[in-house]
Amino acid sequence: MDYFFQQLINGLVLGSIYGLIAIGYTMVYGIVGMINFAHGDIFMIGGFIALITFLILVSIGMTMVPVILLLVLLVAMAVTALYGWTVERIAYRPLRQSFRLAPMLSAIGMSFVLSNFAQVSQGARVKPVPPIITGGYTLHDSGNFAVQLSNVQIVVVVTTVVLLAIFTYIVSRTRFGRDMRACEQDQTMAALLGVDVDRTISMTFVIGASLAAVAGMMYLLYYGLVDFFMGFIAGIKAFTAAVLGGIGSLPGAMLGGLAIGLIETFWSAYFSVEYKDVAAFSILIIVLIFMPTGLLGRPEVEKV
Amino acid sequence: MKSLKLIGLAFGASLALSTTTFAQDITVAVAGPMTGSESAFGRQLKNGAEQFVADANAAGGVLNKKLKLFVGDDACDPKQARSIAEKIGSQGIPFVAGHFCSSSSIPASEAYADSNVLQITPASTNPLFTERKLWNVLRICGRDDQQGVVAAQYIAKNFAGKNVAILNDKTTYGKGLADETKKALNKAGFQEKMFESYNKDDKDFNSIVSRLKRDNIDLVYIGGYHQQAGLILRQMRDQGLKTVMMSGDSMNDKEFASITGPQAEGTLFTFGPDPRNKPTAKAIVEKFKAKGIDPEGYTLYTYAAMQVWTEAVKKAGTTDPQKVMKVIKDGEWDTVLGKLGFDAKGDIKAIDYVVYKWDAKGNYAEISD
Repeated sequence: MDYFFQQLINGLVLGSIYGLIAIGYTMVYGIVGMINFAHGDIFMIGGFIALITFLILVSIGMTMVPVILLLVLLVAMAVTALYGWTVERIAYRPLRQSFRLAPMLSAIGMSFVLSNFAQVSQGARVKPVPPIITGGYTLHDSGNFAVQLSNVQIVVVVTTVVLLAIFTYIVSRTRFGRDMRACEQDQTMAALLGVDVDRTISMTFVIGASLAAVAGMMYLLYYGLVDFFMGFIAGIKAFTAAVLGGIGSLPGAMLGGLAIGLIETFWSAYFSVEYKDVAAFSILIIVLIFMPTGLLGRPEVEKV
Repeated sequence: MKSLKLIGLAFGASLALSTTTFAQDITVAVAGPMTGSESAFGRQLKNGAEQFVADANAAGGVLNKKLKLFVGDDACDPKQARSIAEKIGSQGIPFVAGHFCSSSSIPASEAYADSNVLQITPASTNPLFTERKLWNVLRICGRDDQQGVVAAQYIAKNFAGKNVAILNDKTTYGKGLADETKKALNKAGFQEKMFESYNKDDKDFNSIVSRLKRDNIDLVYIGGYHQQAGLILRQMRDQGLKTVMMSGDSMNDKEFASITGPQAEGTLFTFGPDPRNKPTAKAIVEKFKAKGIDPEGYTLYTYAAMQVWTEAVKKAGTTDPQKVMKVIKDGEWDTVLGKLGFDAKGDIKAIDYVVYKWDAKGNYAEISD
């Protein structure tokens, strides 16, 4: 039983990171109906910016870990949001009235541009950081198996839950959230009624990118390294999570992320590690056969 | 008609350009993972090759010509390795030092054989590299069926009666090394408790780490590269495991310690006796240190690979790969690694693996078992 709880913790943390990235896919799909393939690379950029900010803060002599983390979080979110905004402005907005596949192709192009940009500007090597948040708790020790919960894992899950709560509030309760939902339903009508459609879409990309930055930072804290090609695999997994949860649905993305994280973890815990991806994708296929819109993606509920 | 003439002109011009470079220089190649998660080793290979080319040219070049270096990047990807090999072959380059990953060296060697390129790998340890009876391959380092035996002897001696797990990353190198170690362990009457594999592009190994914890594993042997080993180690310590990690020659770069931090302490790996300590390497090591480069791991192996080829070319009086190969296999060569000779397959004659241990400061040193 202890073993089960340990694996549950492992799966929840992994799922939280997938979920944070998946939200970016789902929000953009909800509002403009396209898959933003560059989102995985925005996540990678977020990780790099978190790393650079961290190194700068340490080199100017900051030692208070909570302050450093908060500053890193804010800077990473702000700068990555700028990337998200720029990508939308130069690669997607000019193509918005074009045929459906055009923005998707330019998204794939953007993904290459971003990862190659990181490769050229930051070098091709893996960038490790020493463990920043150390320590943890032993939850239960039955003698031969101790359930460990590390502080990093707590930080990852708590940050995810808090941010998810904030963004759910923004989408469902604020004026801006109402604009987003209006644009999602009918952009022309929303524009006629005085909603600034361009601005709303830009803001959606900004929010998606800043959540990806948080995921990038959590990734850096948890695994201790970033590299220029990490966006691809993480992006594919998160995209799968978004589809599993029902693309367009905010809680669905989180649920999908957790589901993928838990399936992977428990499959490798009780069966073979080799086939964990096969297991995750098989379950995706089974879910999509019986629920073509994903777990929470019913068309009549509000989507953003 | 006009466009045809233009194409002809351009073709002629490019031909003329390529022949002029060949008249002045001999281009040699170094190929390895210059990008991607194994790029630390690509850098070792490149450093060794660049230093050698600089030294050889300072000493007057080869056959009265200067050496020029072509650097190929395979990103440790078999497909990319094959296409780099074809590129090197089509440029008429007679010699390549490379690659690093066995999964790159093996497919690339076939392309080199077809396009008449002599290949010396400084680092690929999978036995298959020299076992396919190709005419053009040589290996400066040892083989995994030797490395695995040394690892198994150490484990059987120091971890008798303890629980051992063997993990591998499903690559040619990692799986090969894990299989050889398992074979040698089982032969010594030692049964491992767990034999599993993981994906090389994974970052999250928490699930497998919890399994190690459940099975009370005392030593985990990793057939894989240093980055994943570093992550596994970090996640083991996060979950409170004291399990000792042991791995192979791909842990011989300080980048491992920069991933793990002080937690690297006590981690073991096998590699040839430290080339930096050989008396023959002393002068070269100083040169590297003056440039701020630590010639660790396979840096000096690459240097030696180029040395063997250059000396053989001087002796043969030609760069023709077939003739050079015959000269190399017939002779013995003074290199930074000491005297080297090759057997008919292309393997080096004297190999000895030793066990190294990491300390908390991020350095590694040979230990006597």
